[in-house]
Amino acid sequence: MKRIISFFIISLMIFMLPGCSWDDPQTIENDGVFRVSMVPDLGGVNDQSFNQSAWEGLQKFSNKTGAQVSYMEPKQSSDFLLNLDKLSDGNSDLILGIGYVMSDPIEQVSKLNLDKNYVIVDYAFEEGEFNNVTGVVFRSQESAFMVGYIAGRTTKTHKVGFIGGMKNPVIDQFESGYKAGLLWAAKELGKNIDVVVQYADSFSDEAKGKAIAYKMYSSDKCDVIFHAAGGVGYGVIEAAKDTNRYVIGVDRDQSYIAPDNVLTSAIKNVGAAVEIVSKKKMDGEEIGGMNFEFGIKEDCVGIPETNKILDPIVYQDTMKIAELIKDGTIKVPYNLETYKEFEKRMTDN
Amino acid sequence: MLSSILSLLNTTLMYSAPLIFGAMGGVISERAGVVNIGIEGMMTFGAFVGASIGYYTANPWLGFLAGGLAGALMALLHAIASISFKADQTISGMALNFIGPGLSLFLCRIFFSNQTMTDRVPNKLPKVFNVIDITVFIALAVTILLWFILYKTKWGLRIRSVGEHPAAADTLGINVYKIRYLSVISSGFLAGLGGASMTLAVVAQFTPTSISGQGFIALAAVIFGKWTPQGAYGACLLFAIAQALAVSLGGGKIAVPSEIINMLPYVLTIIILILFVGKSMAPKASGKPYDKGTR
Repeated sequence: MKRIISFFIISLMIFMLPGCSWDDPQTIENDGVFRVSMVPDLGGVNDQSFNQSAWEGLQKFSNKTGAQVSYMEPKQSSDFLLNLDKLSDGNSDLILGIGYVMSDPIEQVSKLNLDKNYVIVDYAFEEGEFNNVTGVVFRSQESAFMVGYIAGRTTKTHKVGFIGGMKNPVIDQFESGYKAGLLWAAKELGKNIDVVVQYADSFSDEAKGKAIAYKMYSSDKCDVIFHAAGGVGYGVIEAAKDTNRYVIGVDRDQSYIAPDNVLTSAIKNVGAAVEIVSKKKMDGEEIGGMNFEFGIKEDCVGIPETNKILDPIVYQDTMKIAELIKDGTIKVPYNLETYKEFEKRMTDN
Repeated sequence: MLSSILSLLNTTLMYSAPLIFGAMGGVISERAGVVNIGIEGMMTFGAFVGASIGYYTANPWLGFLAGGLAGALMALLHAIASISFKADQTISGMALNFIGPGLSLFLCRIFFSNQTMTDRVPNKLPKVFNVIDITVFIALAVTILLWFILYKTKWGLRIRSVGEHPAAADTLGINVYKIRYLSVISSGFLAGLGGASMTLAVVAQFTPTSISGQGFIALAAVIFGKWTPQGAYGACLLFAIAQALAVSLGGGKIAVPSEIINMLPYVLTIIILILFVGKSMAPKASGKPYDKGTR
């Protein structure tokens, strides 16, 4: 019996060993090669979301410039600091932390390694607070405006929904941009479009996302819902599929989940942003202590080029709107106050 | 109005099904004297295996069954550690909560080209009357069955006696280890079904967020329901109703912050627990490994 059990335990251990593999940072002497390393969030570099996008951006950067790029995946959140610290001991010229969850670990390692340079994606410290940290944030309100416009043009019931994860400044960007886009479409069409907003207070409760979406589609008579709610969104998309309505994805092109229901998606192109800051650093630009805000102009947010079920005319009009945002004609609100001002401007003229 | 009531009912049932499976798993294991805090991990692994088998075979029923078996496999680890090796049951259960998601993610990357979520299953479990997931009815049937087994059969009597006083049961010729093994494995099977009901009925793919806390809520429902199948069933339903209320109250024109509304299920549970549910009695031997030598 003992033998069988020890065999069982040993085979279990062998089975689990590959999970502990370690992507070692290069520890070669300085040879003039520019090196960028990144620590993705727990989803890893194949999460089909922003970590993957960041890694793809780095690979593109490497192909274009010959820089060496690498990543070190954390297995649990306590690894964030560990991996950043390990990378800091190597010879990376730039170390990237993907996602706002990295902000605390980056703050800690950056204080300990003043000679190293860090980038935090989706978070911004006070300008100049840390001279070796660069913040990268996105004007997500701009892509939200575009999908809001699309929702406004597509709705038949003149009622659309917005499902947010938890109230925070990033989700506020989405909500206010979306509502502003709706307003723009409503004015263009000369109609009134109602929007129902609900927060799930979770980024993971898929059943809740489905329940809220069900309610919006059935009792509230919404026919388009935009979600900015992470995992909750899978439930929202599921509800759209079950009831055969439209849903708008977030962060990446989510149409592969439900091709007949995902109208379009508000994309956040982390890869492009990562490429831009890495290039700046490589070119010797001083970026430490600064924050960058990327939007449509830098090609860092937007909607997919191909949208199977979206009316091509609406798509073209939306791209015209994108141009207006790019040249500053439309100032997209990014929180509740700026949205109120926007609303006032819209009703005034 | 009618549509709001219907959607309230629909949400309640949808929400409750995975919880009920998990809670029934908790009841049977605790009744046999083994604390099972690892329901969450078993559900997660069941959710993953259910969705993957459902995807590769295109048969949701096979997936559902495989999800249950996957949960049972996890439970076997728990049983070996806590029954044969007399390890601390809470710790080995907690370990499962780490192994479950970790193993699921690891296997997911192998079988789904390095993705952290599975592809969408081609066929979901059917719906009754085109609205209510069939898992809702299976969960009810499981509850009734478990109640019948526990209170109306000699097997049930043995399970309960092993959970109350294993030494006494042993002197009467009941094989304590065997009963505990079977109970823990069926506990894992039920938890696995619960996970699979999430990824094959509520949504249609496994993601790292598919099971996020359902196992712990189920565990709370076991205690809330005084370790009885019917009680735990009621507790799950109550929680689901509160959740459905939070969903239907939210987003309206009422100026209540969403955080407050979304607290409702938890607050309501605590209030009812204090006001209406009296002293709850755990099986006496729950949490204690049985050692033949001790008295």
